Amino acid sequence: MTAVSIDIAAKTFPAAGGAPARPLYADFALEVADRSFTALLGPSGLGKTTLLNLIAGVDRDFDGRVAFSREEPRIGYAFQSPRLLPWRTVLENVTLPLPKTAASLTRALGLLTEMGLGDAADVYPERLSLGMQRRVALARAFALEPDLLLMDEPFVSLDEANADRLRDLLAELIARRPTTVLFVTHDSREAIRLADRLVVLAGPPVRIEQDVSVTLTPEQRTMPREIDRFRETALGLTRGAVA
Amino acid sequence: MAFAGRLGWSALSLGVFVALWWIVALVVDSRLLPDPPTVVRALVVAAETGELIFNLLITLARVAASFAIAMLIGSALGILLGLSRTADRLLSPWVVLFLNLPALVIIILAYVWFGLNESAAILAVAINKIPNVAVTLREGAVALSRDLAEMARIYRFGRWKTLRHVILPQLAPFFAAAARSGLALVWKIVLVVELLGRPNGVGFELQSSFQLFDVATILAYALAFGMIVQAIELGLIQPWERAANRWRR
Repeated sequence: MTAVSIDIAAKTFPAAGGAPARPLYADFALEVADRSFTALLGPSGLGKTTLLNLIAGVDRDFDGRVAFSREEPRIGYAFQSPRLLPWRTVLENVTLPLPKTAASLTRALGLLTEMGLGDAADVYPERLSLGMQRRVALARAFALEPDLLLMDEPFVSLDEANADRLRDLLAELIARRPTTVLFVTHDSREAIRLADRLVVLAGPPVRIEQDVSVTLTPEQRTMPREIDRFRETALGLTRGAVA
Repeated sequence: MAFAGRLGWSALSLGVFVALWWIVALVVDSRLLPDPPTVVRALVVAAETGELIFNLLITLARVAASFAIAMLIGSALGILLGLSRTADRLLSPWVVLFLNLPALVIIILAYVWFGLNESAAILAVAINKIPNVAVTLREGAVALSRDLAEMARIYRFGRWKTLRHVILPQLAPFFAAAARSGLALVWKIVLVVELLGRPNGVGFELQSSFQLFDVATILAYALAFGMIVQAIELGLIQPWERAANRWRR
């Protein structure tokens, strides 16, 4: 439960392997409201992951500031790859970021069961399918009861059916325990399905091209036809368009 | 079941070795290559006087001490070299130098400078081993995952949790490799150190037998020590390695 205010004066990607340094962000600002679900849309390679890393505090090499409405917010981060510890069981992976209490254990087990991973609690992650590993990573992010949830294309490279199930699960978890979400994706249908605000990015350097509120009801969000219609009217994308 | 299987194969392999030895000994028929029963008799004699056990224990204690010191210092040095480029640039020429310095040179210098005493002996063995451990652990530290380090930071694991759950498990295969090659190297060098400057231990006994051309006793000690090292490998290092790797697919 926190609002985020992002203000990046300059962020450059350092020169590497003969490629020159390239500016990613210059005078970029974004305000994220408390308990809002903001989807960041844009082509791959634009610097969306970098933005999440700046917010998470793992990349401090930039001019500008990221401010939260509360001190030291708890941050849950669902990375593009699951980033689980392969030498710890599923349950240990979920409980490690939590304080060592019986309540943490109960919450972790409850979440795993809800995600259909109840039987996999004592299994090592590499024995699971990618879809299951992603669910474990989601459970880890949620078990923390984060003030801010950062998600970086968490459903990419999953088959559509699996991804859809996870999207429904995510919507349900957030409905039950509202939190501030920043969700990076390049799939506008996924963004409309989940978010209440779409921020379309273009660049480089990155600028906000469109900033739209998603006005669909929870029921409409589950209907592909409604999502396509919203996509056409709000984003100007026709049915066949890829983004 | 799996353990019995491994034991079976080891027994078969060793059995073939003993059979070959016996055949060659019968063919050569010389005091300088005794057959297995003669060696076993020498073993029993040495065991009955209590000398065998005493010398084995002394040598093992030296192996344990120098091995522990070498693993501790070598690991710390290797991890430092892997994590800090400045340290690597500054210290890796030293590591290469010590890696290629003959064991005998280090042993002799240690005895000359620090006297014919226990600390000099153990120090000499440890110094021989440290660069190997450092080089192995440097590989491990260089290969540490940045993705997992970021994850640990974002989820606020803290120093101790990060070390225990993120870093050490990644280094475990490198510790195992360093320990295995380390044990082999250390126990070979310990015997040389004992031969050159200690009044007891397996190395000293080998030298005495060498002066008497008592090949049976030499082989008896070699056999006893070989069995102990084998037992450490089968009973300690391999089970630990399996436990550390049970998460792998």
